[in-house]
Amino acid sequence: MNDPTSLSPLDLETPDKTFLDANELVINMGPQHPATHGVLRVILRLDGEKVMGLECVIGYLHRGVEKIAENRTYTMFNPYVDRMDYVAAVSNGLGYCEAVEKLLNVEAPPRAQYVRVILTELNRMASHQLWLGTHALDIGAITPLFYTFRDREEILKIFEKYCGARLTTHAFRIGGLQYETYDGFEKDVKTFVAFVRPKIDEYEELLTTNRIWLERTKGVGKISGQDAIALGVTGPVLRASGVKWDIRKALPYANYKNFDFDIPTGENGDTYDRYLVRMAEFRQSLRIIEQAVDHIPEGPIMAKVPKVIKPPVGEIYHSIEAPKGELGYFIVSDGSTQPYRIRVRPPSFVNLQALDVMCRGQLVADVIAVIGTLDIVLGEVDR
Amino acid sequence: MIAKLKGSYGSGIEPLTYLGQNYMVVDRSLIPEILQVLRNQEQFDYCVDITAVHYPKREKQFDVLWILYSFPRNQRIRVKTQIAEGETLPSSVPIWATTNWLEREVFDMFGISFDGHPDMKRILLPDGWKGHPLRKDYGILQQDNEWVQINLGIESGQ
Repeated sequence: MNDPTSLSPLDLETPDKTFLDANELVINMGPQHPATHGVLRVILRLDGEKVMGLECVIGYLHRGVEKIAENRTYTMFNPYVDRMDYVAAVSNGLGYCEAVEKLLNVEAPPRAQYVRVILTELNRMASHQLWLGTHALDIGAITPLFYTFRDREEILKIFEKYCGARLTTHAFRIGGLQYETYDGFEKDVKTFVAFVRPKIDEYEELLTTNRIWLERTKGVGKISGQDAIALGVTGPVLRASGVKWDIRKALPYANYKNFDFDIPTGENGDTYDRYLVRMAEFRQSLRIIEQAVDHIPEGPIMAKVPKVIKPPVGEIYHSIEAPKGELGYFIVSDGSTQPYRIRVRPPSFVNLQALDVMCRGQLVADVIAVIGTLDIVLGEVDR
Repeated sequence: MIAKLKGSYGSGIEPLTYLGQNYMVVDRSLIPEILQVLRNQEQFDYCVDITAVHYPKREKQFDVLWILYSFPRNQRIRVKTQIAEGETLPSSVPIWATTNWLEREVFDMFGISFDGHPDMKRILLPDGWKGHPLRKDYGILQQDNEWVQINLGIESGQ
């Protein structure tokens, strides 16, 4: 079993004595479990109901995506990328296409970039809505699930009208977009923004001041900003611990510089703060979408990219702010049409490491809450 | 900053830039020291990723990379080192806690072991699996048939 003090240089308070020196109970929260958001196995060491430590066993959804990449051309690999974080497929595609465009030293034309930002922010909202529904369901609140999934349908309808797929969209191509926006795209997006604003207020009304929600999420899964940085946690989890950092502002990509939005942060780094940060991110995404949809410029949607993509020899690392955290692509090219090595830096994989630290000394029911609040997608953890 | 490091370590470090991204190729012997200096003095407090690349035809077959980011400086840097087959590297877990699972994954996929890691075992593949898939001599459809037959009871995974 993992030595509880092995995660140096963090300062961990390990509950190392059980009540009345009883035996520790080792329980398996197996790969099939309704609340682990996929196939995740957690081995819990318990003292009664208190968690002494836990170990995550992952790899049940490992598909060898990085190995596959070495046998496909750059364009052929594009659809595989959506399947990793299958909830926010558009973001994955954005990161990959931008990384390859950087290697080729081309930039997507402005019209393509605006549409990319709109679709990515819509996808961020869809991903957060799914997160909210499932996280509330794990904790026991069943209603938000239905509300968020019903509203998410509108976003998926827009995706379907645009590229034909709801979930694994393959929306972007290397160099820009393949499909021109359909007639009525702007109108649909504007109607959606007007439609969803009161819905977000509805979600907040259900949960934010709800006494049961407060009791179950305040003080649960605390992680300090310093520990979060040491553990490499990114995304809303890091922001809720007080570190104001967002790749869209720190190392901007895809013309995010042109938009005006805030970065919500929290104070305590507990589950409730992560909930508030993600709710605020909904509103910020809406702000970005509103700004973008009014100003989509005319022009080509695809840059001048050769038919056969052969980047020059070299390596590059490019990362974006996916809904879950920092999603990075490290691509090594050897000058041929197939990448030599693609490494995907998954946010959920690194965030999941923090589960051990966040659950020490808490109850078993809190472990479920923390897994939900970390917003992991096993497709991304295992690739 | 690179100039200062190069001044201290001379020929062990070679700074390069490609497409606007800075990276350093560092001698294997300098490894734990350089990473510690980068973290403690140069404030690279966030280890974004550790990964490796396999070049079978080279003498030093593996390229191991650390991608680091500094919050105060808002800068990213890559540290690259080259090691031969069978060599091990010191673990960076005492420096950044993130590297725990990242190093396990490099071990799992490439077979590069990290000394001093608290829990060096496979992470994505099952514990008894033989072979390291991301090496170039591992076939694309290859599986550890022995493990599959014993644990899953079928002839082969194909």
